[in-house]
Amino acid sequence: MTSIASIAARPQVGFNVRRIREDFPILRQTVHGKPLVYLDNAATTQKPRAVLDALMAYYSEDNANVHRGVHLLSERATQAFEDARATVQRFINAASTREIVFTRNATEGINLVAQTFGRTRLGPGDEVVISAMEHHSNIVPWQMVCEEKGASLRVIPITDEGALQLEEYERLLGPHTRLVSIVHLSNVLGTINPVQQMIATAHRRGVPVLIDGSQAAHHMTVDVQALDADFYVFTGHKLYGPTGIGVLYGKERLLEEMPPYQGGGDMIKSVTFEKTTYNALPYKFEAGTPNIAGAIGLAAAVDYVTGIGMDRISAHERELLAYGTAALSGVPGLTLIGTAAEKSSVLSFVMDGVHPHDIGTVVDQEGVAIRTGHHCAQPLMQRLGIPATARASLALYNTREEIDVLVAALHKVRELFT
Amino acid sequence: MSDLRELYQEVILDHNRRPRNFRAMEGANRHAEGYNPLCGDRLSLYLKVEDGVIKDASFQGSGCAISKASASMMTDSVKGKTLGEARGMFEQFHQMVTGNADPLAHPERLGKLAVFEGVRNYPARVKCASLAWHTLRSAVDAKDEVVSTEAE
Repeated sequence: MTSIASIAARPQVGFNVRRIREDFPILRQTVHGKPLVYLDNAATTQKPRAVLDALMAYYSEDNANVHRGVHLLSERATQAFEDARATVQRFINAASTREIVFTRNATEGINLVAQTFGRTRLGPGDEVVISAMEHHSNIVPWQMVCEEKGASLRVIPITDEGALQLEEYERLLGPHTRLVSIVHLSNVLGTINPVQQMIATAHRRGVPVLIDGSQAAHHMTVDVQALDADFYVFTGHKLYGPTGIGVLYGKERLLEEMPPYQGGGDMIKSVTFEKTTYNALPYKFEAGTPNIAGAIGLAAAVDYVTGIGMDRISAHERELLAYGTAALSGVPGLTLIGTAAEKSSVLSFVMDGVHPHDIGTVVDQEGVAIRTGHHCAQPLMQRLGIPATARASLALYNTREEIDVLVAALHKVRELFT
Repeated sequence: MSDLRELYQEVILDHNRRPRNFRAMEGANRHAEGYNPLCGDRLSLYLKVEDGVIKDASFQGSGCAISKASASMMTDSVKGKTLGEARGMFEQFHQMVTGNADPLAHPERLGKLAVFEGVRNYPARVKCASLAWHTLRSAVDAKDEVVSTEAE
């Protein structure tokens, strides 16, 4: 903790991206004979040594099952697992560790809310409000529960620049709205939605709000109490942590009212064949042996980013986004998709006469990893009238030089196809 | 760029820029839809079949250079072939792009289509090259369904 304190005490120290890159062993390699330029961070981020070490240390020294052994290893594993929960609680400023439920990923967090809160609150004629820029993971779980309950989805439209139409949002909130579920930061457009304001709007009508923070939690400070979010989900692997671990934050009052999601061990207080008493929060929602190592790895990732400082990470990425926006705009025939005023970390684009998939293959040969396709947001692609985009997405370890490599590769794309 | 030229051969780039048989067909009696969910490629294939012979073939849709060129060259090459021969070409093409057959062993079978051999070195692009062919097989077998390459 001394290192974190000493960094925090030097707020004006420059962001040393060279030093940060040394923390990520995977970035040292070459691909197709070129230095790796990893710009697919919205899909998943790379892991710092601190996370890899935490996983290794857990399995080398403390591995045991949690919450049940009387032996020392089980006590250590339980302690580390619950410490991880407390780390996450502080990270998003939740009021209590009882409000932090470990899941597999953000998708599971949304499904959990849909299948518990949704199934008990929704009835025929009721409505769930989502937006036109949602990832499939914030569409399909609601469609499933709506179909079962005779409820329906209402969709907030977006502008051509990729911002939500807030006056339409206000109009969509009606007497039948039971929940609003919207993305904090769009994985395709990079748009940062004004979720605090949108939550306040919904709350004035007594409607609770779920925020999908999959793309937000590693780019900006998230304070669930300041937002007054009722539910907030995010995933570990986009936050420089391992895959297979995610977080559902829920207000304690709401989580208490909700029935369990899955049944099994750990989520019970007592079981007889006649009746089972469920465990207290958050364990009620954590059936079976959890991803203990994943939670510990996630906590190491949270310590890593808070050690650097989320504000400094945001500032670095903001500067890179501005640089990248200008650099890409200079490539002939290239159109940026998603130009909302408030955005972060995502550069989606199309090029005249070249399909995104071909762009992806050509830049890969130059060592540059980007994503191409519909990015699990097919309704958004339909709204934009394009089948796919190419997407470069930024993380704390990216540099201006890497953007330059991307731009040079895009010139090669043009050479080849025009 | 030399490696890329193996994939994006001049013939392929040419068919991408100026796809042949790129139109809906009046009087087609076989039709199939192809869809590649990974990249959003969509393809409508039209065939005119008389006495078991493909008299005409055309396509419409949007896709990457590999999928468009593949559909363009495929529609050229199946004209005049019997349905049985078209099925055989599907098998040979599929084996070539998945790396299970050497096209040079029987150069006469695939002819110009051998330019797609480089695709075998790009596993993520095999679906692109084979979408048109999966759609053809569906049209030949007269299955009324959207063909997807997702399970490729």
